[in-house]
Amino acid sequence: MNAPSTLQLRHLLGLEELSAEQITALLDMAAQMKAVNQRRIKKLPTLRGVTVLTFFVENSTRTKMSFELAAKRLSADTMGFSASTSSLSKGETLLDTARNLEAMAPDIVVIRHSSSGAPRFLSERIGCGIVNAGDGAHEHPTQGLLDLYTMRDKLGDLRGRKVAIIGDIAHSRVARSNLHGLHKLGADVHVAGPATMLPPGVHALGCTVHARVEPAIDGADVVMMLRIQRERQGNDLIPHAHEYHRFFGLDAARLQLAQPHALVMHPGPMNRGVEIAPEVADGAQSVILEQVENGVAVRMAVLYAVAATRGLESQGA
Amino acid sequence: MNDRPPILDRTDLDQVLRSLADEVLALPWPHDPATFPWLVGIRSGGVAVAEELAAMLTVALGFAPQVGALDITLYRDDMWLKGPRAAEGQTALPGDLTGRRVVLVDDVLYTGRTVRAALNALVDFGRPRAVALAVLLDRGGRELPIAADAVGHVLAVPPGDKIQVRCDARGRLHSVVQVPVDAGSPAKVVSP
Repeated sequence: MNAPSTLQLRHLLGLEELSAEQITALLDMAAQMKAVNQRRIKKLPTLRGVTVLTFFVENSTRTKMSFELAAKRLSADTMGFSASTSSLSKGETLLDTARNLEAMAPDIVVIRHSSSGAPRFLSERIGCGIVNAGDGAHEHPTQGLLDLYTMRDKLGDLRGRKVAIIGDIAHSRVARSNLHGLHKLGADVHVAGPATMLPPGVHALGCTVHARVEPAIDGADVVMMLRIQRERQGNDLIPHAHEYHRFFGLDAARLQLAQPHALVMHPGPMNRGVEIAPEVADGAQSVILEQVENGVAVRMAVLYAVAATRGLESQGA
Repeated sequence: MNDRPPILDRTDLDQVLRSLADEVLALPWPHDPATFPWLVGIRSGGVAVAEELAAMLTVALGFAPQVGALDITLYRDDMWLKGPRAAEGQTALPGDLTGRRVVLVDDVLYTGRTVRAALNALVDFGRPRAVALAVLLDRGGRELPIAADAVGHVLAVPPGDKIQVRCDARGRLHSVVQVPVDAGSPAKVVSP
């Protein structure tokens, strides 16, 4: 019979574990899903009878909504579970909570957690497909995939394309997933940010590190601005939001350094006037809202791959 | 690829396509450019058949029927058996489906499962006025209550044998090969 499909995926824990071929297969499938999302009947029967549980121990309204919409468009059933309404706030351990969830027999658990490695921990202990919706400062693989999708959709092949990622690289799971994914697809990645926000050894992920923002943006095909997570770091790492904007923020003048066709990206939610100026966020080069739209398509592709792989394995068992 | 001799060569296929075109023309629908059915090929095998059928019909009708392609990957019923698979391509219909007549086109009709999936995929694009099924080859072996309205040629094939409709480098139908079920061939499976 045919060789095993490159779409086979038992869990999605991070882009670090995926090959370039697997990433490309997921992006190709996402293109199919995007076409579905653009027709009047935005529904596929593909995951009928599959149950997807969203387990968000850390709040993220839009990522949760994006996953739920993706599951519904594939005809899966969805249940939501969040930290504030759950017994985690009553002192139950993560594993006990997860075992209780597992007893309700979901096929896929989509987990968001503030601790790096929580998705892997669960994938080794419960019998569901696990999809990482963001874990600590580790990875946010579906955000990475939707960013790659958006870039590939606009620019074609990413080999040799210069991508600048600006901001808090050290605490950003979005940056980490993008670094892995972009490196595998052959992009030329440059990062810049305050020294307190550049992790030691980041160049080992295959990127060029800059202390100043200008050389990173110079000639770039993509400028990706990261969110300054004021709720997470307080103001310990940067002296002041205004000062951050002056040295690292993206405004129209700095964007001039990039290619005329350069894409402006941001994973949201934006701090207008801090990492990104409103005229750039709302400008002609911004693809920020397309990223959100593409997120649903990419998550549909991931849920399809994980659910169908589980189906195949249950046949073999 | 194996070098098994074809059961139908290109000369045979010309005759099969002519028969198929005659049966499509015999459908009880007007031969009018505005309402003539779209020929929608099921990816991947049905697309080349739809294109060659359209070329043949153009000669008979004096106008070119509109051609589309339908991808059914996400509508198949064997996901749990075969796991995730890449799509064959995008669905491309000539316009708004609602109110249109459609001839679904495939290369080989076997179990009927592909056609079941195709009907479900099609109606997610709108409400066609009517749908008919045209197949190049009917090899029997139905597992669902589905029949074709237009058939190019009927083959008697033992269950499990593979019928491969092959195209040349330009995507034009070339030949039909029968691979016995016990051949253990690693060749790409074209028929359902």
